Amino acid sequence: MFRILDARQLASDVKCFRIDAPLVARHRQPGQFVIIRLSETGERIPLTMANADRAAGTIELIVKAIGKTTRELCKKNAGDTISDVMGPLGNPTEIIKAAHAVLVGGGVGTAVIYPLAQTLRDGGSFVSAITGGRTRELVVLEAELRNVCDVVYACTDDGSYGFRGTVADKLRELIDPARRRRESSIAPERHANAGAACRPVEVVYCAGPVPMMKAIAELTRPAGIKTIVSLNPIMVDGTGMCGGCRVTIDGQAKFACVDGPEFDGHAVNFAELADRLTAYRVQEKLALDRMEHECDMAT
Amino acid sequence: MPLTARERMAIARQKMPERAPDVRNRDFHEVNLGYHQSLAALEADRCLQCKDSKCVGGCPVGIDIPGFLERVSAGDLKGAAELLLAANALPGITGRVCPQEEQCEQLCIRAKGKNGQPVAIGHLERFVADWARENLDIRQLVAPPTGYRVAVVGSGPAGLTCSGELARKGHDVTVFEALHQPGGVLTYGIPEFRLPNHIIDAEVDRLRQMGVKIVCNVVIGRTFTIDELLKEEGYDAVFVANGAGLPVFMNIPGENLKGVYSANEYLTRSNLMRAYEFPRFDTPIIRGERVAVVGGGNVAMDSVRTAKRLGAKEATLVYRRSRAEMPARVEEVHHAEDEGIVFELLCNPIRVLGSEDGWVRGLQCVRMELGEPDDSGRRRPVPIRGSEFVIDSDLVIMAIGTRANPLLTSTTPDLKLNKWGYIEVDEAGATSKPGVYAGGDIARGSATVILAMGDGKRAAASIDQYLRGRPPTSQR
Repeated sequence: MFRILDARQLASDVKCFRIDAPLVARHRQPGQFVIIRLSETGERIPLTMANADRAAGTIELIVKAIGKTTRELCKKNAGDTISDVMGPLGNPTEIIKAAHAVLVGGGVGTAVIYPLAQTLRDGGSFVSAITGGRTRELVVLEAELRNVCDVVYACTDDGSYGFRGTVADKLRELIDPARRRRESSIAPERHANAGAACRPVEVVYCAGPVPMMKAIAELTRPAGIKTIVSLNPIMVDGTGMCGGCRVTIDGQAKFACVDGPEFDGHAVNFAELADRLTAYRVQEKLALDRMEHECDMAT
Repeated sequence: MPLTARERMAIARQKMPERAPDVRNRDFHEVNLGYHQSLAALEADRCLQCKDSKCVGGCPVGIDIPGFLERVSAGDLKGAAELLLAANALPGITGRVCPQEEQCEQLCIRAKGKNGQPVAIGHLERFVADWARENLDIRQLVAPPTGYRVAVVGSGPAGLTCSGELARKGHDVTVFEALHQPGGVLTYGIPEFRLPNHIIDAEVDRLRQMGVKIVCNVVIGRTFTIDELLKEEGYDAVFVANGAGLPVFMNIPGENLKGVYSANEYLTRSNLMRAYEFPRFDTPIIRGERVAVVGGGNVAMDSVRTAKRLGAKEATLVYRRSRAEMPARVEEVHHAEDEGIVFELLCNPIRVLGSEDGWVRGLQCVRMELGEPDDSGRRRPVPIRGSEFVIDSDLVIMAIGTRANPLLTSTTPDLKLNKWGYIEVDEAGATSKPGVYAGGDIARGSATVILAMGDGKRAAASIDQYLRGRPPTSQR
């Protein structure tokens, strides 16, 4: 049993949990994930760790309530327990020293890129973050990012907050050479983001929904900017045993749990990944309907 | 009055009672029902108590077979159980899944001749183990504590056997299991209808009673490295038995369509995660109506029989060689046939066909014929030109083997590996790293439960010897 020490609501359906898991915390590095199982009848799901405190023996998970398991988890609070937390799993993020590194996070994907910021900055990179959501409420971790990044751009599709447009729209601006030339002529003290604008983007780290990662990868491909994406296929064991998380990278089958979860975004077959993620759509709906029915019965 | 040899010879082999095929192929309850005492005693009476008992030589863990059979025949079940457990920490499991027909029973003197039928040693082992589970207190068999601590990586057949042997010698054993439940392949791989989970739980409980600690959710290679276990966590020795690893696919077009599983994934979902009880259990599983399973081993047999139980109208086994070359246990092949499994032999898949929405709709195959013998000594299957045909299927399961898991070995650089990535061990089960031993599939590639158990037992003896030559870490 693993105890939840703290549970904080980040948005109406997004929660951040601090969990007592000393063995996981001890070796955790940015980019790694855990597999959790809520109860004896639960399924195993992978979740990327947003943070870990080795001394305190805790890890942080940021979870959006989508399916049955994530909804059940988001109902939990400090003092509640989770049956199983296994990890750390997956390879740590490849940290590339760059004149300008851009982190792109969509929704709770922001929890995946957030832990990289400090490490990249410690390594001497100038770090910008682009975080976005459909609407203001879905932009998470912005304040946390501001603490560890040089520049942060918040984007909303509906323009309710920050930049109006998608994270890809924002990135397009950042990597546009014409814009860089234009803005580099502005004196730094007159332009808060001049630092970012002057530096050519050398690497992009990206996590979020599959269509978003695909859009980012398509954007950086012609510019030849190295792009690392964190993939989220369906997993069962997380140790390479089942092969359910296989993804196609440069035409080769790879297992996200042992070979990833991060890959070269320009080599990923996103269409196949998106399609494989729909394999249990019928069962997922059934499980949710059943859960809601039980909730109705209880009230 | 003991029976004469002639009287013993006159008794026919007692058939294992089993559930009717058309009933059992709709649920996951155990197929074999087990002997009752009078049937067991009668079967044990068939043993001729040979002086030179060949059967023992065929047992990877060296059970005193005539000894325990004699006690069964005399009604001394406690004596039989103690003798059995002295050699085998998991008899309830081996009594169910060992390929006895290729081991002890093959060498039985009564198997000789045209109508020879060996003594049903496996069925009797199962009978005694089931009795012991209910009636025997194991704690009396444990030696006083030695002060040595041993870490065992993996709680499959090799790891459990090794920990049982070491605990009995008085060592302090901790088993690290990556998944949330102990048992390894016994739990995630072998289905309930062949090896019920409650049997594994009971065998694991018996180890716990002997003082073995089992810690789940720890992935050695990620959560801890081997070096940390030895240098920081205070273990005197390590036994690595983390099992086989990554499933092999055929590398044919269409394998990433929805509705293609590795056997590992399919069986893990059904057995470990109990997806056959979805939605009471949360893990879903794709239930095909027409299921094709590719392979000819026990894992393929388990998968195709699971598919039938999950409601497949047609469950087909596709194997590229003929029946004679099938690596699966004979009993499992018979059970599968009885349960209505279709066998497509000398048939090899060349492409998985998909629908527009990305789901499997068929398996394109080619007919094969047997040519010259290959490296394995089996006749090599060669495709017959122009014989392509399609097996309509909405679920395809690949059960064609596994390759080495790199998680542990990649973080232990001084562990010598063979060219396939498996750990090299010597006769004693020792690796290239002092104090580190290995066995089971991570050393063998892929084998059987009993061979893994034999490795665990052999390594335990080596570890015991290694430990006694040096002071415990805790006292240095």
